[in-house]
Amino acid sequence: MALTTIAGTDIQVDGEGFMVDPGEWSEEVCQGLAGNIGVELTEDHWQVIHFLRKDFEQEGVTPTLRRVTKAGGFPTKQLFTLFPKKPAKKMAYCAGLQKPVGCV
Amino acid sequence: MTTTEGAPVVPDFGDDATDRKIAFVCSKGNLDMAYPALIMANGALGEGIETHIFFTFWGMDMINKETQGGLQFSMLGNTAMHMPGQSWHIPQGLGGLPGMTGFATRMLKKQIKDLDIPEVDEFLTMLHDMGATLWACKLSVDMMGLEKEDLIDEVEDIINVSDFMELSEGAQVIFV
Repeated sequence: MALTTIAGTDIQVDGEGFMVDPGEWSEEVCQGLAGNIGVELTEDHWQVIHFLRKDFEQEGVTPTLRRVTKAGGFPTKQLFTLFPKKPAKKMAYCAGLQKPVGCV
Repeated sequence: MTTTEGAPVVPDFGDDATDRKIAFVCSKGNLDMAYPALIMANGALGEGIETHIFFTFWGMDMINKETQGGLQFSMLGNTAMHMPGQSWHIPQGLGGLPGMTGFATRMLKKQIKDLDIPEVDEFLTMLHDMGATLWACKLSVDMMGLEKEDLIDEVEDIINVSDFMELSEGAQVIFV
């Protein structure tokens, strides 16, 4: 585990850089996280990120891509546009969560 | 715990290294043999890997509109068959009793559903939306007397083995 500075705040992250404590997340931190991976946040991004936060609160695990499409109602293609190439991991990163563990 | 100075710790999403390519060959039409390639393809696409799926022989049943909803799972020939949570193997002879294939199929489908894994038709649509390219085998299409219209819309084209060899150049190929 390491401490890193995101948006002027010290944040705990794992070896890869994913946040360890979702409680340290804020919208300001999210801006910093998104900036780190070259994602410019739009209203569409925020809707997805807020869904991930809400779903994590309820389920206790980071939702998989399929769950975000099925339970969140966001089309797969849209997620690949908003968070190119690796949407599941990038969404989780921006939402201050660990990467999803589910295969599907 | 260590504190990093300077640049923040950021995951490497490998955005610059995107030349990895993978191609699956689906040759089976049994329900349990339909899923391995679909699940691995889903994982590959989620990692930003260019993904192709080539359907041949019995694998055609996965993309044939008439058959894709009716894939079955049989206990016969599967000596590893045991009930969930049980270690004793089911005698092979039981698999031949009337209704056993239907029973085993329903049971497997329920287990797949409980894990929130989509059925084959929905799975293929999802993979297509994620960017997978689906190909049908020309020889199999001819042998089975099929037309392009018999196949799901997500199928890009009917191609022969030479075409597949060309498009899979540089790809990791996985035969299922």
